[in-house]
Amino acid sequence: MTNMVKTTVGADDSVGMGYLEKLPRRVVTLYVPLALFLIVLLFPFYWMGVTTFKPNDELYNYSDHNPFWIDNPTLANVRKLLFETDYPQWLLNTMVVAFSATFLSIFASVLAAYAITRLQFRGAQTIGLLIFLAYLVPPSILFIPLAILIYGLGIYDTSWALILTYPTFLIPFCTWLLMGYFESIPHELEECALIDGATRIQILRKITLPLAVPGLISAGIFAFTLSWNEFIYALAFISSTEQKTVPVGVLTQLVEGDVYHWGSLMAGALLGSLPVAIFYSFFVEHYVASLTGAVKE
Amino acid sequence: MTAEAIPGTKVFGTLAQLLENRTVLSVLFMLPAVSILVFFLAYPLGLGIWMGFTDVRIGRPGVFIGLDNYISLFDDDVFWLSVFNTLVYTVTATIAKFGLGLWLALLLNKAIPLKAIIRAIVLLPYIVPTVLSAIAFWWIYDPQFSIISWMLQKFGLIDQFVDFLGVPWNARWSVIAANIWRGIPFVAICLLAGLQTISASLYEAAALDGANAWQRFRFITLPMLMPIMAVVMTFSVLYTFTDFQLIYAITRGGPLNATHLMATLAFQRAIPGGDLGQGAAIATAMIPFLIAATLFSYYGLQRRKWQQGGRDD
Repeated sequence: MTNMVKTTVGADDSVGMGYLEKLPRRVVTLYVPLALFLIVLLFPFYWMGVTTFKPNDELYNYSDHNPFWIDNPTLANVRKLLFETDYPQWLLNTMVVAFSATFLSIFASVLAAYAITRLQFRGAQTIGLLIFLAYLVPPSILFIPLAILIYGLGIYDTSWALILTYPTFLIPFCTWLLMGYFESIPHELEECALIDGATRIQILRKITLPLAVPGLISAGIFAFTLSWNEFIYALAFISSTEQKTVPVGVLTQLVEGDVYHWGSLMAGALLGSLPVAIFYSFFVEHYVASLTGAVKE
Repeated sequence: MTAEAIPGTKVFGTLAQLLENRTVLSVLFMLPAVSILVFFLAYPLGLGIWMGFTDVRIGRPGVFIGLDNYISLFDDDVFWLSVFNTLVYTVTATIAKFGLGLWLALLLNKAIPLKAIIRAIVLLPYIVPTVLSAIAFWWIYDPQFSIISWMLQKFGLIDQFVDFLGVPWNARWSVIAANIWRGIPFVAICLLAGLQTISASLYEAAALDGANAWQRFRFITLPMLMPIMAVVMTFSVLYTFTDFQLIYAITRGGPLNATHLMATLAFQRAIPGGDLGQGAAIATAMIPFLIAATLFSYYGLQRRKWQQGGRDD
């Protein structure tokens, strides 16, 4: 499997020629640039956190307070977000949508990937290619006709509008990823089972799926974060406040007129990012595997 | 599946037999995925192209009006401005993302302490909802309380706060910077995966032959990385070109339409503006650009000679 190859080669690399470099040189060419990258990449999150817990008088007064630090941290912004807005409802909506869309996509993708790689029906290659091409169709050119379709189906402004449309970008990705995993499972296992009299569905359930669990987790994690982060469909297909998802809700409901309440906006951004960041931290390796796996195929 | 359980029942027997038939099973297995993709992806894609030729508005079915939408777009300065913005946005952001992303990947590929943790942290900008980090950028670019302006002023580099989002070119560079920030992790992690497949022995052999660091990069790393680079760039160009959320969150296309991309203009004309036909026409106008960009980044980077370290003729 590609993953195994990757780690062994990677281990080989780390021995590499690194020992030829002396410390001062490493500091200038490696540690300083790396530290700069990390600072720039993480600063917006730090700024989100600092702004969230700052009281208003510190937030808008840079001359008496160091803007990078909080003198009197407060939970006022978080409290306002949780108890005076529909944020908990948005969080619930987002979870329902993300879990349902992920489940639906994984279900459809497992069957499709199995059929394409294992059943080898006529035209399997073509269908595989078409599914890959579907991944290249960006949501920005689909949302206008989809809005009409959603309206026509009578599911406008419901979670169903999102649960049924998110699989359009999740299924191509998951199918492609799972095809790679299924192909890494030896054919002989299935042939043995067939000879022993197992049906195709038994084989899929009892042999292929258990062996493809890492692939299922990777695809699931990736699909979940993609659905959590989706914005344009959620913006176009949902209009009532209590149906919104977190990204849309924070952006459209927390901005009141021309006055920006940066404290609660940043609290919304921080609390909207945290669940997906925590979720991600548990499955980093799977996530990286799916990200790079899909690109490498 | 139920054949063993009730062997005598003829209906179940036939059903089980049908399920063992490869063609029947294939069709059944492909059904969920294909029906979702056909109904919610292929059909809307065609519908969108058709809508571009009609005058459909919200709440009113349209009639065929031929090329009228495209003719009016042709004389529309805002539309051409959005095309210009989209091209500037895509080209500059892609170049920067790949330059910096490749650099970061090379750094991460070296033996560093806490490698796994650093790699996990690097991906954070990519996994966090773009709109939410875009709101953070919006705040960072605030005209009165921008932390960047404050720091520059502390260092004595500027006299007054920069109006990041109020002046056309400032606003363009600001959103491009935010897009680069978000794109670097994806490029870096994908290219890192590519770098890890290059065997160290190649570098050692080249070093023994007297190749310096630049030559090793130019004649080993780059050619070996080209195939994966082509795929990553295709996706990156595709998603930068059709970007919507960053712009919508930070500037909504302002000031004076200076940051409108084709996607945000299509949204504005179609949903708040109600002119679905014209919005669909703008969205459809992106398709030729997308095909060209995809073909360019995919085939342009996959030229054989390049990969083998030769020069183009």
